[in-house]
Amino acid sequence: MSETVKKFMYLNRKAPYGTIYAWESLEVVLIGAAFDQDVCVMFVDDGVYQLTKGQDTKGIGMKNFSPTYRTLGDYEVKRIFVDRASLEARGLTQEDLVEIAYEDFETEEEIDNIVEIVDSQRVSELMDESDVVFSF
Amino acid sequence: MADTIEVDGKQFAVDEEGYLANLNDWVPGVADVMAKQDNLELTDEHWDIINFLREYYEEYQIAPAVRVLTKAVGKKMGKEKGNSKYLYSLFPYGPAKQACRFAGLPKPTGCV
Amino acid sequence: MSILHTVNKSTFERNSLESCLKFATDGAAVLLFEDGIYAALSGTSVEPVMAGALGKLNVYVLGPDLKARGFSEERVIKGISVVDYAGFVDLAAEHDKVQAWL
Repeated sequence: MSETVKKFMYLNRKAPYGTIYAWESLEVVLIGAAFDQDVCVMFVDDGVYQLTKGQDTKGIGMKNFSPTYRTLGDYEVKRIFVDRASLEARGLTQEDLVEIAYEDFETEEEIDNIVEIVDSQRVSELMDESDVVFSF
Repeated sequence: MADTIEVDGKQFAVDEEGYLANLNDWVPGVADVMAKQDNLELTDEHWDIINFLREYYEEYQIAPAVRVLTKAVGKKMGKEKGNSKYLYSLFPYGPAKQACRFAGLPKPTGCV
Repeated sequence: MSILHTVNKSTFERNSLESCLKFATDGAAVLLFEDGIYAALSGTSVEPVMAGALGKLNVYVLGPDLKARGFSEERVIKGISVVDYAGFVDLAAEHDKVQAWL
């Protein structure tokens, strides 16, 4: 589509529901996916809470957007990272997080879970490599 | 675009682009009435896509963009249906936008 | 005299809980809700702080906010009571005043 593909990072640092940042970020990621850029979605600090399994918002009367993260693969987002130190500080492990699958429609290559837990140094590297960082 | 549409004698609120205001209001008649306004007659093939979209929304809480819809239809119903030529032949105003509207879903996320 | 303190911000992001625990006096109640619930979960880096506070304060957490964020009651630190919205109202009624640590 566009001639120069840029590396976009969406950096998520807020918990869901308490503020609107998490949902706004997810919408921007999905809308931005139409532009065929090289996208990575990063979760650090309280942002890791966005990916917890089993969210059920019936009791608080808000839209549960947790299932929507599982469509990121369909929207051609292939790189999703979670900062390990942020998870550990919150007593969480990969087991607590949703799995996001990816399938390449042309090659039929399938990946069961593209959510990758990385150490803080890798977070820094990925941030340095990005052309643009969108911060939420 | 009117702010309501009438289906079987009942009024349904719609937004300024004609999308149903409340997803839970939806009944199949909504799709029939909206299709008639667009000069379309709904066939089983249309309904397959409309029902597919409603299931997709139920599972992911989102109305998929056209590329995502095309891919997902291909996965579920085969490549002869999962291509934009086929989907546009059913929904000339855009398979995601028009079919989502008929299905009572919001405007697709990621359709520009 | 007795105060119900409420905390609705994440303790990992703001110092609301820290200030609350600093100023709350023995026997006061603390209710964690919205993003404040994360402090009620076991296994976090703030669990020792919460466990310490349980010695002098009655700590509650709002169940619907736990559930919304994907956590079951089993994940809550022992000694913290889970309440629903009616329980929230009861707590507010039982105490002389409510101090919200925004």
